[in-house]
Amino acid sequence: MNVVEAVDLRRTYKTTTGTIRRRSLEVEAVRGISFAIAEGELFGLLGPNGAGKTTTIKMLITLLIPTSGEARVLGHDVVEDARWVRERIGYVFGGDRGLYERLSAMDNLRYFAELYGVEPKGQRARIDELLELVGLKGREKERVEGYSRGMRQRLHIARGLLHDPPVVFLDEPTIGVDPVGARELRATIASLTASGKTVLLTTHYMFEADALCDRIAVIANGEIVAQGTPQELKAGVADGSVVEVEVFGVEERSVERLRQLAGVRAVTVEDQEQKQLLIVQTAPGLELTHAILSQLDGASVGRVSSREPTLEDAYVALVTAA
Amino acid sequence: MLRVFWIGWLFNLKNLTNSLFFVLISVLQPVIFASIAFFMFDRGDRGGGLLYAALGAGLMGIWSSTLFGSGGAIQWMRWQGTLEIAVAAPVRFLWILLPLTISTATIGLYSIVATLFWGRVFFGVPLSFVHPALFALALPVTVVSLGLLGLVLASTFVLYRQASAFSNLLEYPVWLATGLLVPLSLLPGWVEWLSWVLAPTWGMEAVRNAALGGEVWEGLGMCVLLGAVYLVLGSFFMHNFERRARQQATLSLT
Repeated sequence: MNVVEAVDLRRTYKTTTGTIRRRSLEVEAVRGISFAIAEGELFGLLGPNGAGKTTTIKMLITLLIPTSGEARVLGHDVVEDARWVRERIGYVFGGDRGLYERLSAMDNLRYFAELYGVEPKGQRARIDELLELVGLKGREKERVEGYSRGMRQRLHIARGLLHDPPVVFLDEPTIGVDPVGARELRATIASLTASGKTVLLTTHYMFEADALCDRIAVIANGEIVAQGTPQELKAGVADGSVVEVEVFGVEERSVERLRQLAGVRAVTVEDQEQKQLLIVQTAPGLELTHAILSQLDGASVGRVSSREPTLEDAYVALVTAA
Repeated sequence: MLRVFWIGWLFNLKNLTNSLFFVLISVLQPVIFASIAFFMFDRGDRGGGLLYAALGAGLMGIWSSTLFGSGGAIQWMRWQGTLEIAVAAPVRFLWILLPLTISTATIGLYSIVATLFWGRVFFGVPLSFVHPALFALALPVTVVSLGLLGLVLASTFVLYRQASAFSNLLEYPVWLATGLLVPLSLLPGWVEWLSWVLAPTWGMEAVRNAALGGEVWEGLGMCVLLGAVYLVLGSFFMHNFERRARQQATLSLT
């Protein structure tokens, strides 16, 4: 049974530009996306900033009404049966916001337990259980304003699970959290599906999606450009290879010329202090290292290496092509 | 639902009380207004009017707190990201906002306490009430009716991101139109219809008459009646505005 379904979902925002001559603009944030998530599945929505991930998740959790298309959670329409859906979903946003800063974690959890209809008699035990799960036991009486980002994020997760929802939406839950904290959060997320929950996770961290998700949909410019298991997505670029070149001061026109080179599938540039790392994905059976170097216009070249493609390469190829 | 209201009221009261800025505003502003009024009344040799002035300044504080709190709270919730979380809770949004607006009015009680204390200690205001029991009843009824008026205002702030700026414009006109600042008899006749539909007018009448002598029940009855109308209006607006806010994407900053 599909727990979450999106069918040709679209969302347009109206915005204005200009101060004196104001013009109304329509921005299409989500352009007809469809996917389905089965019971107990951890489904990832992977895409760059502004791709439409948060808009999609907000439509599914009833905070935004779709411009067109349909979305259902546990078989119920998210617009028509919004209250029914809200009782059965939990959601966690990434970042610092979404908590009452001047109050303690315990105050926050007690209040939301009330709003989410947790039985008064069982509230204390449930809150204790969740504080234990997210590792905030012993810190629950401190004001949230003194919490680190990782602690706030863990408190968000506890809040989202108060009413023990069967479906959980996590919108970039590890954003801005330090590596150790992020690893702990990922372990908590993995435990959710182990306890039978269905999870939709949005992220732009490839390794996170690779490590956690059963299936992934890659979203770019408001459209799903690929969908499948991490292995299937990797297989899409597995027949090619990746050439990495360290360069110092490479110009944009050189990168553009590389993109036009026959056999090159995608090019990305990572800034690494004084140098840049060029990551060039190439089609199978071609030896392009020489051709790539010849396009660099005399820029100083450091280490050159070749490797197998990863999920990140698959993602870059998909997003670049979109 | 009563439990949700009660827990929400306590939660918001604690949250607002933890804001030193909010509490200082609730205390300092009415004390300053009360002091000016005390000097004016004293010079005018109207010693009996000191309690009248203290109560007026206190109620001005309750209105400011309600207006500032109800208008500001929605914007703070939007900035904090809690507005979306509150809207997406399964409980009706009315039961989230109502305890909030009533608690902002309740915080206004600091104003009454502060002006009476200040007046007693520094200006010798006599704290002898003609109907103490009715005074004790009139005060919470007035607070609740003002909180319900705050609900009507707050419901519009859910939809319009800039509405809290507009709320600042409502402070002085309501002080004037409801007789908190000067007696209504000094104002032009056309203001009367406006005064009639605003609960602070009747709350002021009930509180002052309970303290200084006069008819209390009319003011109390009107507070209850107007409060019920505000509740119906607020509930209706809330339902419609919440849906429109979800259509127009005004629940969050981004």
